[in-house]
Amino acid sequence: MIDWPLVSVIIFLPLVGALIILFIKEDELTSINIKWAALLATLGTFILSLILWLQFDYSNPSYQYEEKFRWFDDFNFFYHVGVDGISLFMILLSTFLTPLCILASWNNIKKRVKEYMLSFLFLETVMIGMFASIDILLFYIFFEAVLIPMYLIIGIWGGNRRIYASFKFFLYTLLGSVLMLIAIIVMYRNTSSMSIEFLQGNYFSYNTQLFLWLAFFASFAVKIPMWPFHTWLPDAHVEAPTAGSVILAGVLLKMGGYGFIRFSLGMLPEATEFFIPLIMTLSIVAIVYTSLVALAQTDIKKLIAYSSVAHMGIVTIGIFLVNQQGLEGAMMQMISHGLVSAALFLCVGVIYDRMHTREIEFYGGLVQRMPLYATVFMIFMLGSVGLPGTSGFIGEFLVIVGAFKFSSYVVIGAAFGIILSAVYMLYLYKRIIFGTITNNKLAGILDINTREKIILIPLAISVILLGIFPNLFLDPMRLSLELIITNYEIANAK
Amino acid sequence: MLNNIYNIFFIPEIFLACSSFVCLLFGLFLKKNAFRQTSNLAVFVLSLTILLVYYDSESNFANYKSLFSHSSFINFFKILALLGSIASIIISKDYFLGIKLKNFEIPVLFLFSTLGMMLMIASNNLMSMYLAIELQSLSLYVVAAIKRDSISSAESGVKYFILGALSSGILLYGFSLIYGFTGSMNFNEISFYLSKYDNLNLGLIFGLVFVMVGLAFKVSAVPFHMWTPDVYEGAPNSITGFFAIVPKIAAVALIYRFCLVPFENFYLEWSQIILFLSIASMFLGAIAAIAQSNIKRLLAYSSIGHIGYILIALVAANDDGIKAASIYMFSYMIMNVAIFAILLSLKVKNEYLINISDLKGLSKSNPIVSLSISIIMLSMAGIPPFIGFFGKFYVFIAAIEQELYVLSVLGVLASVISAFYYLRIIKIMYFDESISEGIINFQISFQSKIILSLSLFVIICFIFYPSLLINISASLTI
Repeated sequence: MIDWPLVSVIIFLPLVGALIILFIKEDELTSINIKWAALLATLGTFILSLILWLQFDYSNPSYQYEEKFRWFDDFNFFYHVGVDGISLFMILLSTFLTPLCILASWNNIKKRVKEYMLSFLFLETVMIGMFASIDILLFYIFFEAVLIPMYLIIGIWGGNRRIYASFKFFLYTLLGSVLMLIAIIVMYRNTSSMSIEFLQGNYFSYNTQLFLWLAFFASFAVKIPMWPFHTWLPDAHVEAPTAGSVILAGVLLKMGGYGFIRFSLGMLPEATEFFIPLIMTLSIVAIVYTSLVALAQTDIKKLIAYSSVAHMGIVTIGIFLVNQQGLEGAMMQMISHGLVSAALFLCVGVIYDRMHTREIEFYGGLVQRMPLYATVFMIFMLGSVGLPGTSGFIGEFLVIVGAFKFSSYVVIGAAFGIILSAVYMLYLYKRIIFGTITNNKLAGILDINTREKIILIPLAISVILLGIFPNLFLDPMRLSLELIITNYEIANAK
Repeated sequence: MLNNIYNIFFIPEIFLACSSFVCLLFGLFLKKNAFRQTSNLAVFVLSLTILLVYYDSESNFANYKSLFSHSSFINFFKILALLGSIASIIISKDYFLGIKLKNFEIPVLFLFSTLGMMLMIASNNLMSMYLAIELQSLSLYVVAAIKRDSISSAESGVKYFILGALSSGILLYGFSLIYGFTGSMNFNEISFYLSKYDNLNLGLIFGLVFVMVGLAFKVSAVPFHMWTPDVYEGAPNSITGFFAIVPKIAAVALIYRFCLVPFENFYLEWSQIILFLSIASMFLGAIAAIAQSNIKRLLAYSSIGHIGYILIALVAANDDGIKAASIYMFSYMIMNVAIFAILLSLKVKNEYLINISDLKGLSKSNPIVSLSISIIMLSMAGIPPFIGFFGKFYVFIAAIEQELYVLSVLGVLASVISAFYYLRIIKIMYFDESISEGIINFQISFQSKIILSLSLFVIICFIFYPSLLINISASLTI
């Protein structure tokens, strides 16, 4: 094992990069230095997080690489970080996507490059910190701090309605998370502990659990987002710059799913049992409704945003099935969605950079001019649909297998959603890629360049890798998930 | 132990009183730069007073016939008030010189009002409490109206005076009722007398309510807040800064002591009033601030909102509540010092900044200042990792310890509403395209810069070493 504080280094390396950037004076010439500094910091973080994976002990279901320091003298609040099978891939997802985001913003962010890179590096620190926290208050601090850089990214570098979108994003998610703060304090008051490890296994009385569950639900349902709390998402996605959408879809939505697994399942099992029908209903409505809404969109980004809500519906179903297949499926679906939707937003960014519009009407016949683009786009589109061999399939398949143990109605709902997802994605693909070029403005459009290849090809490889060797990802998380399921079943058997 | 007569001068209040007169004479006899020199002297005097408070021992207070009391809570708030006073004198010096308001009386009046506040915090007797409040308020009335040629300043002074006098009258009537029904003016004796009874009689309830109204006026809790936005708006910015930072500290300490010492056994009676004041303040502070275009009015409503949170901790009425109040008050002071240090140095077209919309484009012309403002705003909104979050966090810990779940949920909801207007300031600075650049300039004196950097340092870095403040506030006893 590693005897230096690997997790803390991963958390704070981007922040160190940010501090360095803070002292680079920005002008025309040095903005390239700022970009390189940001890229190096994020790449370094990614490489370190790979060590995390390579050195990971698959046979240990609890936290590894733990670091613990007393922080507040007056109550049991620690700086306590570590990684287990559930958070490992969330951290990897964050560290993998951030350098790609920096690359994706290389040329199209022209104003305030310094603030932009600072926001992204700060965002990476808080994202990783949030997934690595074993102390609830630490988790909360990171969870809320995410809002600050994201608010700025949408608000400063976003589209026309960016101000509305940024406020909606901030206030919506803040409302959810402050209720979680109350729940955290109630938990502390009852147990005098803030450790996630401790609270998973020391349960509250049934009534307390119900209230706590609702408070956590308010926070995570907004974040993931579940229907009907999803309305901030299309606005935020459409207005955010490409890289902002990538992080939003790739990582921030997963914070909700992660929270459900850790807090709702892990700490409030009896209340979870009580609320499962609610979650299932909302998820199925989300899947069917948002799929239909996605079908009617004219803006590519908005369509992908709605498809995110539908995919997250599959995730919530998987999580609240509380069986091995369901949870593994949910985790796989989260990782897959993190890669695929991020990639789709990057693909949209590619044509948006060239044409400055996201209207589906505007495009058509891109395959004539951009064959390579059409190919990678197809891989991601199929990943989103869930074609066997891509990452999307594993998650959806496992969730559906798990759902059979629960109720066939849920299976029907989920399967219907998956069919609809094929409808809107293929329809989208047909409209913008196939056919002949009818719009004269597209005549001179160029295929993807080297920088875009560097961004998209690793994503394409990982989407296929995930589809063909799912065990590479399932093995490390299996025991951690099993632990949660066993605890859950013991708690409910009583 | 006043066997040595000179020791009497080392009692902080007496030292401050004497030094204030010295300052007055000093200013009177100076021909040139009277304002600047007097301000410097005032800062020096206040710093010495802090040392005296810090090394003050209980024995010094032995024979004041228990007009005043002595405890770690009192000392903490005294030091807080003195620190706020020092900071606001330093940050406002250049502003006063800038608007050619060079009366050397201003720092002297600040000293007297600070003296009044120290006495307010320490008072243990209805009479001394009233006199201390009056000493503090009278100085502030004069300061509010000190810009004699400005109608708005005079208006704010008169408004403050009339409403203040009214509230003092109500307060005094409440005192007379309490005295009439308990036969004592001393806090501890009142408490002892009341401990024999299970519930308060009607006269005492009236007395309690009247006193609460008077005190609510002093802390500007809703519905007795009406004067705050107008006085903040009318007074010169630097005086607004003093109003926002210092008197609130003393008034909060006073309302805590009044509720928790003489009426400690009648929690139910006063907590209902405080509960209402708290909820009303949080929501009105949050909602009314949204529509403001004047930054001073906005900060007025923001301070009303903050008072609401501090009163939550008072409703909790436990040790955690006292801890929360001291942490919250500290963070409130630091954040206000920081924001006023910036506001008093920002000029738009050679006029000091008043309208929020004038901040447009600040992020381009002065990125560091706008970053600082953003950090202060996020901290005021209670977003981690800044100090404002921990203030709110401790308040909610105290409230939940007392099982005040509904109040806590209302509190966090109000904090979400208030986040909107704090974010609006960031939005104006960063998101709005500026039409004309370079009309804002930021000139700050070296001393204010130190104050600003220190307070920003505390706001940002509190999270790395919280134990220092928290251990102090955990040890406070009322």
